[in-house]
Amino acid sequence: MEESRGGFVYKGLGKVPDRALLLFAALMYLFLYAPILVLVFFSFNSSRSTQVWTGFSTEWYGELLRDQTILEAFRTSMIVGVTATAIATVIGTLTALALTRYRFRGKTFADSTIYAATVMPEIVVGVSLLVFFVAASLQLGITTIIIAHVAFTISFVTIVVRARLSGMDRSVEEAAQDLGATPVQTFLRVTLPLILPGVMAGALLAFTLSFDDFVITFFVAGVGSSTLPLKIYSMIRFGVSPTINALSTVVLVATMILIFGGSRFLVRKDNA
Amino acid sequence: MAREKSISRGDFLKVVGAAGMAGSTLSILACQPNTNPQQSGGGGGSGPEEKALNFYNWTGYVAKSTIPNFEKQTGIKVTQDYYTSNEELLAKLQAGGTGYDVIVPSDYMVGVMIKSEILEPLDMSKIPNFKNIGEDFKGLPYDPDNEYSVPYQWGTTGILYNKKEIGKLGESWDPMWDPEFKGKIGMLNDVRETTGAALYRLGYSVNTTDPDQLDEAEAALKEQKPLLRGYFDSYSGNRPLVLNGDLLLGHNFSGDAYDALSRDPDLDYVIPKPGATRWTDNMAIPKGAEHPDNAHKFINYILNAKVGAALDSYLYFNTPNEAALPMLPDALTKLPYYTLTPEVENRLQIIQDLGEVTRDYERRFTEVKSA
Amino acid sequence: MGEEKGRGWTFGLVGLLTPVTLWLGLFFLVPLLFILAYSFGTSGVYGGITLGFNPGNYLKVFDPLYLEIIVRTFIIALINTFLCLALGYPLAYFIALKGGSWKNTLILLVMIPFWTSLLLRAYAWVVILSGNGIANRVLQFLHITDHPLTLIFTPQAVLMGMVYSYLPFMILPLYAALEKFDVRLKEAAQDLGASRWHTFWRITFPLSMPGVIAGSILVFIPSAGEFVIPNLLGGSRTVMTGNLIQQQFLQARDWAFGSALSMMLAGLLVGAIIFYVRKVGAEKLEGV
Repeated sequence: MEESRGGFVYKGLGKVPDRALLLFAALMYLFLYAPILVLVFFSFNSSRSTQVWTGFSTEWYGELLRDQTILEAFRTSMIVGVTATAIATVIGTLTALALTRYRFRGKTFADSTIYAATVMPEIVVGVSLLVFFVAASLQLGITTIIIAHVAFTISFVTIVVRARLSGMDRSVEEAAQDLGATPVQTFLRVTLPLILPGVMAGALLAFTLSFDDFVITFFVAGVGSSTLPLKIYSMIRFGVSPTINALSTVVLVATMILIFGGSRFLVRKDNA
Repeated sequence: MAREKSISRGDFLKVVGAAGMAGSTLSILACQPNTNPQQSGGGGGSGPEEKALNFYNWTGYVAKSTIPNFEKQTGIKVTQDYYTSNEELLAKLQAGGTGYDVIVPSDYMVGVMIKSEILEPLDMSKIPNFKNIGEDFKGLPYDPDNEYSVPYQWGTTGILYNKKEIGKLGESWDPMWDPEFKGKIGMLNDVRETTGAALYRLGYSVNTTDPDQLDEAEAALKEQKPLLRGYFDSYSGNRPLVLNGDLLLGHNFSGDAYDALSRDPDLDYVIPKPGATRWTDNMAIPKGAEHPDNAHKFINYILNAKVGAALDSYLYFNTPNEAALPMLPDALTKLPYYTLTPEVENRLQIIQDLGEVTRDYERRFTEVKSA
Repeated sequence: MGEEKGRGWTFGLVGLLTPVTLWLGLFFLVPLLFILAYSFGTSGVYGGITLGFNPGNYLKVFDPLYLEIIVRTFIIALINTFLCLALGYPLAYFIALKGGSWKNTLILLVMIPFWTSLLLRAYAWVVILSGNGIANRVLQFLHITDHPLTLIFTPQAVLMGMVYSYLPFMILPLYAALEKFDVRLKEAAQDLGASRWHTFWRITFPLSMPGVIAGSILVFIPSAGEFVIPNLLGGSRTVMTGNLIQQQFLQARDWAFGSALSMMLAGLLVGAIIFYVRKVGAEKLEGV
């Protein structure tokens, strides 16, 4: 019955259902990556088309380095992503602590609002923020984008960290407090390291959501504050070229290196 | 539960510290004024204008040389931002998106903007090159005295089709309703253009407010829908779909059609009878622009004959700049319907904004698409 | 679930909750209130809005045309959710229970595609599914069909696109729930003679319920507001509520009606959440 202990379970896969499951999983990954493969493929196209293959060329990678607007959009997306993630992670973690550890009147309301913020359709969030910013005479720009991104990612961080917190063994914390640590010290030196995988997962999720966000950003961006998804949208509608495929490929490869390099290095845990 | 290997405190603090520093540094950077400061109190010139210009334009609607040459000639730094529809432009301006100096609205949108009073009147004394504009493009119905706008590019909306597969078409909208081409026809996802196609075919005005005529058009569109592949954009939809053979006929703007023709000689473009759209994109200055003087300089620069010629040699659109026409390459001017005969010109109509009735058009189009 | 530290409000609690209250209060709830106010206003001809009390916008929502669109949206969202569950569950199961030490890698591999723009991937699907795209060529090569099929710009393509873009929202909660699952329970059941199938349905699946519910909510509700996929992959022939709302704010410049539609959509969905939270109990959701 050695199903999931130890290494990759080839030995457990003698049975048909297991083999079927493996095949299914492989097909699912193919499904997920099919468009990616097409994207990478066309980044090497020799003509301007992103839909008809004409030959091999690496010119678009060179073009990428010369295209200021794409690089600018990428930079904006990174700034927004990192800043929003940092803020959302901090706020979300604090909120998760509050919701897990305390019972108070209004908790159901808080819970529901957190979930509502998670699932509210982006178009409603985007439009409502546009209306709000206009009414408050806040100029649309990078700041409004960051505000919006924090708003819609806090809840995701909260949910993820909560999951981590709720399974946690409190005895270590109590031991620390018995030994005289203040709540803050306990938090920083005991709790936080223990929930760190959850916090990191939450941060990762928040960044992913922010980096690729289109709908909400569409409504709240302003002068000189185009993010990558907005730039891609406008290019697709009026001026697409494989340069954008080249950028996607570069980002993809960099991400994979970062993630796989990073996950070995930083955390060696099985729980997210 | 698996034993957890926790990170050492040192590592953890380093990571958090780094993240915190990065985060706060970036937040500070992010909170700094944008490249185009729109301070509340900013407005209007007490003192010489900063050498900057914020150009809000359709994506890909300038030639590669246009902006750099302007910057070299005048020393004014241009920041470009993009929108992909007139409505997006309007919504951003209405949302208080000030900070733009030059915008490029289409004909009917100029009308809307004038009525909403969000455009700055132009000082024609600063735009001497306006004399280059052809007579046919001066004083268009939406801005009869060119008080607020100056033409930038123009074109027509017709049918891009595969001449090799289906033969040369006559000048008619009927092929877009022909069951023989079922599943291979693409119309525009544009309420006025597509409703317009139905109206043109029936011989009506594209600006009609007559409910009976609109009923007929709606019925025609519903009849057409089963034959369609879908409602697409011109550049990113119908054009590549006709190019790769998924469509045989595409409802397209002329500039996009010409782009397709330049890639595939088997394709052709036709402007149907009894009517079709002639559209014009224009340059205008929104109220509250920070650099109105530079804006005028820019507009004047665009209207220069050489600049106009370079623009259209790249974009493959039609130019309203008569002085630029002789400088255009033959490959462009020999394209079908690039130069219009008076007979064709007479059948073209200009789309106007219809105020309240716009919502009726929208509702009908939604009904068609939803059917 | 962690013992609760205290009941009622303390300084600590207030401190912890202030940031989120401020941020979500100001940048989530207040904007929604604006939309609520606008939904009772009257739209200007050229955009903009005059406030007041005009229930007409809500009455407009009950127009058969719009109701049809809303109903269609919910049906599509339901089917999408069901498909995501049917396809996502086996994958999550595979990674969590059969992945061994490759678990992390496998789950990250699920997420990585979503760091590439969804728009670009949607256009890649257009390429794959077009008349002489890869999908058709493979089908013809395998002699499953003898001529190119119309795959793209169909309602089916829209559904496929939605499943594609919402799958991770189903997989991640499922994975989190399954990953905590104590395999010994399964082994115990099988030792006692239960078949694999039986074990799955009576032990594994029920214990993964919080993940199923969380995943379903995370997929169903946002997909009800989707508007990009129906346009890109459906040739704009499938009109969903999201398309309708976007049209009102941009093309039709009818901010009041757009707000009313948004409120209707949000209201229906919030109702659904409250229903779930009450029925299932907030604690179960925490198990995610």
